[in-house]
Amino acid sequence: MDTMQETAERVDYPDRPEGPISAAILAGGIGSLALGLVTTLAEASETIAGWLEFNSGVGPLSGKTIVAVVVWLIAWAVLHPLLKDKAYETRRALAVSLVLIALGVIGTFPTFFQLFASE
Amino acid sequence: MSFTAREWWGLIHGMGLGALFLLAFAGGLAGLYSLKPELVTAAGVAERMRRLRIGVVAMAAAAWGTVLTGTWIVYPWYREDIASSARTQLLADPNTADWHEFGMEWKEHVAWISPILATVVAFIVVYYGTNLIRHERVRRTAMTLFVLSFAFAAIAGAFGAFITKVAPVK
Repeated sequence: MDTMQETAERVDYPDRPEGPISAAILAGGIGSLALGLVTTLAEASETIAGWLEFNSGVGPLSGKTIVAVVVWLIAWAVLHPLLKDKAYETRRALAVSLVLIALGVIGTFPTFFQLFASE
Repeated sequence: MSFTAREWWGLIHGMGLGALFLLAFAGGLAGLYSLKPELVTAAGVAERMRRLRIGVVAMAAAAWGTVLTGTWIVYPWYREDIASSARTQLLADPNTADWHEFGMEWKEHVAWISPILATVVAFIVVYYGTNLIRHERVRRTAMTLFVLSFAFAAIAGAFGAFITKVAPVK
């Protein structure tokens, strides 16, 4: 108990709102969802797969990953200023993000996205 | 006893950067878990936080290095449209086709979620710092994302090792 009190008294705890953390967590979920979405869309449409072939050596994977990363960074850039001064609870952000991540993983799961394979 | 340039890049991707991320995970998780008031002393906090910051940022960098080298350097060799490429060889045999159609197809996509989540965790640790000691909810959130980041990297790493065993990139 003494150690806990001593730690609490001596450690410097800078005042930081949770908003920026929630923004980062939500953006991570949005980026994951974007990856799953473009993966499934590329399987469903050869036109989209062709559009996502930013590099011929890497194939459509080049576009899928670049689009997902760009969506993630844009989401983070938009959410950070919106939440930076707010006490937006990380628990709520995590719950939303876990759903988005789960949907993203489903979208990247071959058994799922191959259901939409174009003829 | 030598490696080709392609084999070297396969080693850098999987056994260098990928293994670094996976092996460092246990240390990073232990660092986050032990950030409890009853487990840290005032004198030890500064050193421990510095170590944790460096650790999670290095792990995020390793995760990005793994997916970037895998996608942009090794993968084009894997999927070359020639008879000797790993992809062609796997698909030529019905007994090995699933290694590509399921294993590689999942690995090449799901792996990219790992560096995104690792970056989120690195941001939380760098931004929130010692507040992680006081706010267990945030610390647990960071640990959850850290475990997920590891899980996706582990899926990709396991399939990568199996596929390399069946049809190595040469």
